[in-house]
Amino acid sequence: MRTAIEKILSRASGRDATVGEIVEAEIDVYMTHDPMGALVEDALDGMGAGVRHPERVVAIQDHFVPAKDIESAILSMRLREFHRRFGFGAYYEVGRGGICHVVMPEEGHVVPGDVVVGTDSHTPTSGALGAFAVGIGATEMAAAMALGKLWFKVPPTILIRGEGAFPPLVHAKDFILKVISAIGTDGAVYKVLEFDGPAIRGLEMDERFVLTNMSVEAGAKTGFISPDGVTLSYLEKRSSRPPRPAYSDRGSFEDELTFDAASLEPLVAAPHSPANVRAASEVDEEIDQAFIGSCTGGRLSDLRAAVRVLRGRRVSEGVRLIVIPGSRRVYREALRMGLIEALVESGAAIGPPSCGPCLGAHLGVLGPGEVGISSSNRNFRGRMGHPESRVYLASPSTVAASAVTGRVTDPREVVG
Amino acid sequence: MIRGRVIKYGDDVDTDVIIPARYLKHGADPQVLKEHAMEDLDPEFGSKVRERTIIVAGRNFGCGSSREQAPLALKYAGVRAILAESFARIFFRNAINVGLPVMEVPGISEAVEDGDEVEVDLERGLVRVLGRGGERVLRGTRIPEFLMEILEAGGLVPYLRRRFHAEDSPDTG
Repeated sequence: MRTAIEKILSRASGRDATVGEIVEAEIDVYMTHDPMGALVEDALDGMGAGVRHPERVVAIQDHFVPAKDIESAILSMRLREFHRRFGFGAYYEVGRGGICHVVMPEEGHVVPGDVVVGTDSHTPTSGALGAFAVGIGATEMAAAMALGKLWFKVPPTILIRGEGAFPPLVHAKDFILKVISAIGTDGAVYKVLEFDGPAIRGLEMDERFVLTNMSVEAGAKTGFISPDGVTLSYLEKRSSRPPRPAYSDRGSFEDELTFDAASLEPLVAAPHSPANVRAASEVDEEIDQAFIGSCTGGRLSDLRAAVRVLRGRRVSEGVRLIVIPGSRRVYREALRMGLIEALVESGAAIGPPSCGPCLGAHLGVLGPGEVGISSSNRNFRGRMGHPESRVYLASPSTVAASAVTGRVTDPREVVG
Repeated sequence: MIRGRVIKYGDDVDTDVIIPARYLKHGADPQVLKEHAMEDLDPEFGSKVRERTIIVAGRNFGCGSSREQAPLALKYAGVRAILAESFARIFFRNAINVGLPVMEVPGISEAVEDGDEVEVDLERGLVRVLGRGGERVLRGTRIPEFLMEILEAGGLVPYLRRRFHAEDSPDTG
């Protein structure tokens, strides 16, 4: 009895990898971006090493882009030069890519069974395609690039089963917030969260990525969803590399937890923790800003959900609504579908594909005492701006509904 | 053996408070990192931290982002080791990789008070607490041998430099 992750790591390390062992696994895909590329290159130079498989590296400009000041322009230049020096397999310039975790699956860089490392903690996003995808630091990335492999302690897997089907206006975001509140921000440290069950199988890929992305908010090493028909049709036309699907054997899990999607309601994570979860309908607080974007809220399905709530309605006078499509593809498709027009009509400000205000860097940073509601994944103190600002995390429907009323709102109250 | 005075924090100290993202545009500039370490959690940190500081914390220390600037900021500020009930995994690896000792020590947050003197034996996984209530010893989770080698080399960069260029430095063989 073995988990999918044990199988993937066995294949990648060339030995029988069982939970608890430390193995050296060959890396299939490396991802780095503007905030960390320079650190990776400096570490490589410090080691006196080169990049063993530059064709497997994907470099993406996404955090501080377009450059907001001289310092971030320098980081951007450094990533560009890093790519030119080694000739990476793919490089996404400002305006031609988007947020790394949206771009990586969307552009077909990951297939089932891959071992993926990225210099960003939300790298587990690609686990929704049945890959083993983990976030690492810059020096670790340099070591992996130099050696072509990296050590991993083989993690145990917790199965999260989703029963039933999602009710209208309830999203994967609500599901994962429920899971994080149940197991805590360290409930899965050094472990994998694998999602399965009818509720999960009924989700499109856009929504599935939210689950694996936010597994890290419960401390998980990564999140995983084994591939099915939805996965394979998503990959069609995106990647020419053959998938190597891996499935967990029954009984291989360390623990199994079941959540009923059918009885879920729209939730929010209140300041300052993703585990501080309550029903949106129970929160009574005015907001200053609403943000729809990021690697858990900037995909096409998120913009569609937002427009479903906002069409024919206007953003409350005292609120700024900021919408940032997660990638160029999302942006173009949203334009084609008339979503961007509907959003602008309702009073939204549209930003260029990037991480935007999610990490408090630019394009909508919160001021002292301001309250934001966001479709992103973290609400730690100071995350989106001033240390005295406060952030609620929610689904795009809940964020859009809150933008309309000016306070944290259950979208069912607005759409009815 | 690492000896130092304790600055103590609670659970879930995240990377956004260890070094806020607004400073990441400066790359890994030691002066910037040192100056702003922990400022959103503990504005007094800069004045409390001394050359011989050991941070003691609760569960899930370093949760959140993969930014290596988090352990770097603490290291540059003068922190010599971090002892916690548990660590977020990326932070743990990053700390070792930049040469900052970290060890899981169950019970540490109850056994130690702010300002206590502690002595850490990484090799044996032991922590001697020289607190107001007398002396006691706690057992931590020993750091695996290959990670100890990285720490002893001063981090992953010098460790791998030595490995890649063994012929350049015969006395480290």
